[in-house]
Amino acid sequence: MIGKHGDKVVGSIAEALAPLSDGMTILVGGFGLSGNPEALIRGVVERGVRGLTLVSNNAGNLGKGLATWLRAGIIRKVICSYIGNNDDLHTRMASGEVEVEITPQGTLAERMRAAGAGIPAFYTPTGAGTVVERGKEVRELDGRRYILEQALPGDVALVRAAVSDRFGNLRFWRTARNFNPVMASAAKLSIVECDRLVDNGAIDPDDVHLPGIFVHRIVHVPDHENAFEYKTVRKRP
Amino acid sequence: MTWTTEQMARRAAREIPAGTIVNLGIGMPTQVADYLPEGHAWLHSENGLLGTGPFPFEGDEDPNLINAGKQTVTVLPGGSTFDSAQSFAMIRGRHVDLAILGAMQISVAGDLANWAVPGGKVMGIGGAMDLASGASRVIAMMQHVTKKGEHKLVARCDYPLTAVGVVALVITDYGVFEPTGRAFRVVELAPGIAREHAAASTGAPLV
Repeated sequence: MIGKHGDKVVGSIAEALAPLSDGMTILVGGFGLSGNPEALIRGVVERGVRGLTLVSNNAGNLGKGLATWLRAGIIRKVICSYIGNNDDLHTRMASGEVEVEITPQGTLAERMRAAGAGIPAFYTPTGAGTVVERGKEVRELDGRRYILEQALPGDVALVRAAVSDRFGNLRFWRTARNFNPVMASAAKLSIVECDRLVDNGAIDPDDVHLPGIFVHRIVHVPDHENAFEYKTVRKRP
Repeated sequence: MTWTTEQMARRAAREIPAGTIVNLGIGMPTQVADYLPEGHAWLHSENGLLGTGPFPFEGDEDPNLINAGKQTVTVLPGGSTFDSAQSFAMIRGRHVDLAILGAMQISVAGDLANWAVPGGKVMGIGGAMDLASGASRVIAMMQHVTKKGEHKLVARCDYPLTAVGVVALVITDYGVFEPTGRAFRVVELAPGIAREHAAASTGAPLV
C-alpha cells in the first residue's frame, strides 16, 4: 500500500481529475478570476461529472472560469459569498436550476479553515441579527450575540499555485493566494495546478506558504490566461 | 449645495488617524484613498493584501494583484499578501481599526443595511458583514436620500441588515451624522444645507 504522499506529480489534467465523480463537493480557489486553477476548471467540464456542489467565493465571472461550469449545467448547488455581475449565476439562481447559499466571505474562509483543522463548528458575531442567522444556534458570550457556523469540508479542492515542489510545498503569487490554501486543507483530495514545478529543496522550508501535507496531486501547467476583471491604471508622470 | 462625492471622500479621509489600519469598501469609500497623505495609514484589502497602493502605471498591471473590488492595484513597501482566512482573522480579530463602507440604510441605533435591496437582484454579502461586525470602528458613506427621494437615515432599517448597532458615523452629501440610539446627531452640515432641509430628508429625529 502506498500512502497519499508518494509520487504526487501527474502528467495530465485528465489524470489529475480521474478520481472525480458525480455529486461531489468541490472547493475551487480564486477571488473572481484571480488565482483560478484554469486548466483544472476546464478539465472538470471535459471530465463529464455532474450534480456538483461548488464552493467558490464568486463562481466565475464574465463567462470565464467557473462560469463555464454553470454554462455546462454540471452544478447543482453553489456556496459563495458574492455574485455581483456574474449573470451566469443570476439567471440559474432565478430559474431554480442552481441552489445558491450565500455566506459572509470571512465565514466562508473560516468554515474551510475549521474543516482543515478538525474543528466541527465555531461561534462568530458575523451575521448575528441578520438573515445569515436563520436556522442557526445563537449564543450570547460576554454580552455579545454569536451564531454557530459549521465547518465546510470538500471532497476535492482545485488549487492554483505559482510554484510547487514535488512534495507539494506551495508558494503563491500576490493576491492569487486568496482561498487556495484553506481549500487545500479542507478537502479529502487536493489537486494543485502550478505555474512552475521545482525539485524538492528548491523552496527554502522557511519560504513555504502551504506545506505539502495539504496537497495530494500536482499537475504542471506553465501557461495561463490570467484574465483581468477591472484593469485600472494611472498615467505615467 | 450638497457635497460632491469628492468632498465626501475628503471629509471621510479626515476621520482616519495616522498610523492606523483601514479597510475601504467597494465603490465610493475606495475614493477616500485619494485624499490620504502618503504613509498616513495602511490600507487593507480583504482578498489578502495589506499596504494596498495606488493603481499601477499603464503596462505594469498584474491580474493577480488586485483589491477587493477586483481592480488592479500595487503594493507599497512594507506591504504583505496572505490568504483569505488570515485576512478575515485580521478583520474578525479586531485588528482592523476602521472600515469605511457604502450603505443603503442606517438606523438611529447604528444598524447597517448595505448588501441587498428587497425584491432586487441579490449581489451577495462579500466581506461586508465581517467588516461591519469586526472592524473596531465603522463609518458609513452614502447619498442622504435615494434617487426617488426616499429616506436612507431611518428610525429602523427595512432593508436586510448587514450588522446590528455598528455604525459610529455617517457621511452623506448633506453632512456628517452620528447615530445616538434615538436620533441622528448633526456633527456637520454641508455648506448651504439648511438644518430644516436635512431634518425633512431624514427618517428620524435630527438633534
